[in-house]
Amino acid sequence: MIQMYNVSMIYPNGVKALTDVSLHVRKGDFIFLVGPSGAGKSTLTKLIFREELPTRGQIMVNGINIARMKDKEVPYLRRKIGVIFQDFRLLPNKSVYDNVAFALEVAEASSKEIKKLVPAVLKLVGLTNKADMLPTELSGGEQQRVSIARAIINNPIMIIADEPTGNLDPETSWEIMNLLVEINKLGTTIIMATHAKDIVDGLKKRVIAIENGRVVRDEQKGAYGYES
Amino acid sequence: MKVRTVGYYFQEALTSLRRNGLMALASVGTVAVALLILGGALLTVLNANNIMKSVENELLISVYLQEGVDETAIGDLEQQINDTPGVAKSRFISKEESLEKLRQQFGETKGSLEFSRNPLPDSFEVNAEKSNLVKGIADKIRGLSGVEKVNYPAEVVQKLSTLVEWVRLIGAVIIILLALAAVFLISTTIRLTVFARRREIGIMKFLGATNWFIRWPFVLEGVFLGLAGALVSGLILYFVNFYIVEAVKQFPFMRVQTDMKDVYIILGSLLGGGIFIGAIGSVISVRKFLQV
Repeated sequence: MIQMYNVSMIYPNGVKALTDVSLHVRKGDFIFLVGPSGAGKSTLTKLIFREELPTRGQIMVNGINIARMKDKEVPYLRRKIGVIFQDFRLLPNKSVYDNVAFALEVAEASSKEIKKLVPAVLKLVGLTNKADMLPTELSGGEQQRVSIARAIINNPIMIIADEPTGNLDPETSWEIMNLLVEINKLGTTIIMATHAKDIVDGLKKRVIAIENGRVVRDEQKGAYGYES
Repeated sequence: MKVRTVGYYFQEALTSLRRNGLMALASVGTVAVALLILGGALLTVLNANNIMKSVENELLISVYLQEGVDETAIGDLEQQINDTPGVAKSRFISKEESLEKLRQQFGETKGSLEFSRNPLPDSFEVNAEKSNLVKGIADKIRGLSGVEKVNYPAEVVQKLSTLVEWVRLIGAVIIILLALAAVFLISTTIRLTVFARRREIGIMKFLGATNWFIRWPFVLEGVFLGLAGALVSGLILYFVNFYIVEAVKQFPFMRVQTDMKDVYIILGSLLGGGIFIGAIGSVISVRKFLQV
């Protein structure tokens, strides 16, 4: 699914975000990216998503070398990758339904598909009866569910989540994690950067630890490994 | 491009026009003023050209010869006239021909034009190549031997041609300046829209929107602004021209005949100009401020 070979990333201002990172992600993996703030977790997710280009090294996503990909092919890569953020990034003046439908509109889907898919996905995340509400009328957990619905509606091959539980209380965080685990069971690869020790230790998934831009640990059924 | 997607572009463009009310109004106003002057200048030139065209036949230089110039001298004179730079053609009109022409013009009162001796002189009808050459040619011919008198409707023609030149020049300068101002205002309006929607644009990007999917609503917005300005200026010009032409028609000697086809061409070019200004303005903003 993802192969990285000797990837280094140096930002134009000279910050060395990643140094010589090589890793392989298999289809269906559930991966926690852990490590101190500023270690390079976000940069790693941005590279997969091609928000940034690596300074050195090659990155294969789903068999395509994205370091050599043309700019105009990028949108089609992104439609295969769902993204979830700590701050949800929903459109405040669109309803829950429209926020989820927006992902399909952007991908230029037909209105028939939209009418078919949106209710199905809202049902999956348990928000069928809040479809007409605005994001501001929802709790944080519900907003994150909307953003998960939006991330999965294009049937992505993987989901990248950047601290998806960072703004949520522990109980709601677990609800969101259970949802992600369900989605993972349906075959979607999940890569999640997080600082939530309880969750990483509780779920016992693959853990990749990054410090100072280097992969220092990569274990199956790993633990968080830092004091929280 | 799907119909549904095009519908989305239009909807987004219209929504943000409503949101930017005042700026949009200022842009439309500037475009309207710029195009008003463009259209005004075009109409002035068009009408002046029409008047000039109607005066063009009278723009002939009439050269009257002295009494008793013989045929060889007339031949020499014709040669000299034709050799004068700027002369398009010349035609000799004998005194008999002139009389015949006069008789035709006053056909019914034939009897009153019976003379024992033809009082009319021999003459030449000389056509200049351009209106601004008329004076020079007339002055040269006046100096030739055997020439009694040279007539031409100098003042009208000369003044008209200078007017047309000035309208063209000043019009061009003002139009360019105003068009630049309009482009600037439209690009500022679009920039405000881009700024107001930067969050949405960011979301669109990570959802996998193509660059043109993001750009189209902004480009359309600019085109709408330009088009609205063009419509305003077109309407104003249409009615102003209508009233002026009606007023001028009161004077019989002013043969103002505005061909409706020309008016439609001018209105069409105003619309084209508006769309062009709008598109340029938004493309500038979209390129600079929409780093997609």
